[in-house]
Amino acid sequence: MFKAFLIKYAEIGLKGNNRYIFENALRDRIKEALDPLGDYLVSKEQGRIFVECPEGYDYEETVEALQRVFGISSICPVAVIESSQWEILTKGVGDYVEAMYPDRNFTFKVEAKRADKNYQYTSPEICIEMGAYLLRRFPEMKVDVHEPSVRVTVEVRTKCYVYSIIIPGPGGMPVGCNGKAMLLLSGGIDSPVAGYMISKRGVSLAATYFHAPPYTSDRAKQKVVDLAEKIAKYTGKFKLFVVNFTDIQLYIYDQCPHEELTIIMRRYMMRIAEKLAEQEGCLGLITGESIGQVASQTMQSLAATNEVCTMPVYRPLIAFDKKDIVEIAERIDTFETSIQPFEDCCTIFVAKHPVTKPSTKVIKRSEEKLEEKIEAMIEEAMNTVEVIAVG
Amino acid sequence: MEIYLDNSATTKVSEGARDKLLQVLYEDYGNPSSMHRMGVKAEQYMKEAAAIIAASLKVEPKEILFTSGGTESNNLALIGCAMANKRRANHIITTRIEHPSVHQPLVHLEENGFEVSFAPVDSSGKLIKEKLYELVKENTLLVSLMYVNNEIGCVQDIPELCAELKKLKKDIIIHVDATQAFGKYKIYPKREGIDLLTFSGHKIHGPKGIGALYVSNGVRINPVVFGGGHQKGLRSGTENVPGIAALGQAVQEIYQDFDAKVARMYSLKQKFLREVSRLQDVTINGVPLECFPDFEMEALKKTAPHIMSVSFQGVRSEVFLHALEDKGIYVSSGSACSSHHPTPSVTLTAIGMDKNLMDSTLRFSMSELTTEEEIDYTIEQVKELLPLLRRYTRKR
Repeated sequence: MFKAFLIKYAEIGLKGNNRYIFENALRDRIKEALDPLGDYLVSKEQGRIFVECPEGYDYEETVEALQRVFGISSICPVAVIESSQWEILTKGVGDYVEAMYPDRNFTFKVEAKRADKNYQYTSPEICIEMGAYLLRRFPEMKVDVHEPSVRVTVEVRTKCYVYSIIIPGPGGMPVGCNGKAMLLLSGGIDSPVAGYMISKRGVSLAATYFHAPPYTSDRAKQKVVDLAEKIAKYTGKFKLFVVNFTDIQLYIYDQCPHEELTIIMRRYMMRIAEKLAEQEGCLGLITGESIGQVASQTMQSLAATNEVCTMPVYRPLIAFDKKDIVEIAERIDTFETSIQPFEDCCTIFVAKHPVTKPSTKVIKRSEEKLEEKIEAMIEEAMNTVEVIAVG
Repeated sequence: MEIYLDNSATTKVSEGARDKLLQVLYEDYGNPSSMHRMGVKAEQYMKEAAAIIAASLKVEPKEILFTSGGTESNNLALIGCAMANKRRANHIITTRIEHPSVHQPLVHLEENGFEVSFAPVDSSGKLIKEKLYELVKENTLLVSLMYVNNEIGCVQDIPELCAELKKLKKDIIIHVDATQAFGKYKIYPKREGIDLLTFSGHKIHGPKGIGALYVSNGVRINPVVFGGGHQKGLRSGTENVPGIAALGQAVQEIYQDFDAKVARMYSLKQKFLREVSRLQDVTINGVPLECFPDFEMEALKKTAPHIMSVSFQGVRSEVFLHALEDKGIYVSSGSACSSHHPTPSVTLTAIGMDKNLMDSTLRFSMSELTTEEEIDYTIEQVKELLPLLRRYTRKR
């Protein structure tokens, strides 16, 4: 019955003169999302986007794809009536109601819009006349203009459109209209969620993963690639940088106090991620940190890791409880992958009692012991980085 | 360089088996149930394979049942036998070191009213015979024993155990899981008193997805897969003819030059264990005490020729495994079948291994293709990597 979708967006409607940038971005993201499914026609008109579906398209699959496009506030499946001639229009709307609502014991209201200002009825008249027609055809239905259980919207253009279902979209803004940021992706539950959340604000992604063979396995790396693929369903294509971190990690292990290992390691991860971010034209870093979740995420530890980079670090989960993060992870389908039991490089050498309140001064003094080789090692890590195209 | 020392997980398919497989996949691809010539041809491949396998076991071809592999054979043997004989008796005995494909069907039977007893093993994985015999009761129906353990390579004295068990109770049915033993030992079920015998194709250079169960004449089992009544109704489903043909070929090849091949594996095992056991804080598993310290051949022959299980204190097995992988050497941590679970290994628990060592245990498993150079190189790499890996550990 549905041959098209009407896509509504909320926030980008508020933008001023640069509104077209957001609208074009949304239209392009919708095109990209639907492209693998078939030949859809996506067009922009008067404050919304209209998607016309190809013959024999899959309804569920299409809705699912649209529900992953940031910037969409709602998706309305639309039935198309070929002519605006009143008899044809009323019969079409009646047939629609008949097919959609087999049990007609409900209250309704007709809403109307017309693009053709010379049409024989004004919008309020369309509502009244169409309501009257529906009441005649389906006497069980009742009108309630204040709180109807079904709103039947009729739009009159050259063709006419009728819809009554509104499927919520993901909200947010279309990816690509707000610059790019580098996600530190670990394979845990939090970082994929953090990437998803920032991307939802229209930010495109790049990601960095720190690999430590032989201490972390190829399966751990594959898990991160799998996670990146899951996020890419929302964000579109991006680059995943895999940094070989083993030598740096062992060097820190050799030179620095063991309880400071994790903090120092994370400081070097931030430094390397920032370098990669600069190369990629990113405007910020994204981490999945949340205050107090583990020793390396106390306020003191966050201060110590934050200090090494000048780029803004976005931490969308900073005030989230674990269970709330898990909820999002489950919704975006990263949770099952995240909980596969492979060690990541943050846990392999973790001390039994890592420092929880590191003083930046002390940490800096420990890092002095790395001076001899660390710059060369970072350079080596940058030179040997593996780039994986995701999405 | 690629050195494959994970042959207890699976083996490389032999050229002969590959040729047979392709021949049946592309040329003689008929369904053995078809009436026409192509069906007859396909059936011939099955008969031929059954004849080869039967000859290698000195049994009759009609006593061979083709399955999808070790797991299915074990399920069919245990569940099939228990269900067919449940009115007669309902007690089953097994060991504490069985593969999950024996253990889990028995758990299932236990949940369905059967009584299951587990016989303990000593620290080298050898069954404590008296304890096993003590478990035999009036209503004991079935005993399931593992010939060669997949994790540590310990071997049970199957002929002696069968004889003694049957002396205690004449009509006891004995199932032997020989998945790791077939092709490494000459097994003659009729002489040894084995009633049901499991083995698998991909452990002996055949393809994956094919195995067999020997069912002695007169032993009743029920099917666990129902359908069109193939293989005397005991295993419905169109037969995997390419796999069966290749299995026949693999069996034929594995028993050629048999004594020389096995002797060579033993001498490689001896060399490996002599060298590796000299390293500090290393434990060799699955080997009886009398083997130490020199691994004399006579004592070593009480273990399987192809499996070496070693615990390296202070190194996590996963890390060691990947470090060896980096040098082109492929091994397993514990047993490949159980290494995806975070739960401790059943066998290593049963032999009383310290929990810390369990996570530090590697399995090196050879095949007839393993060369002395490969073993030398592996010894060298183990010696080189061990101190490096021990230097960087999680401090406790």
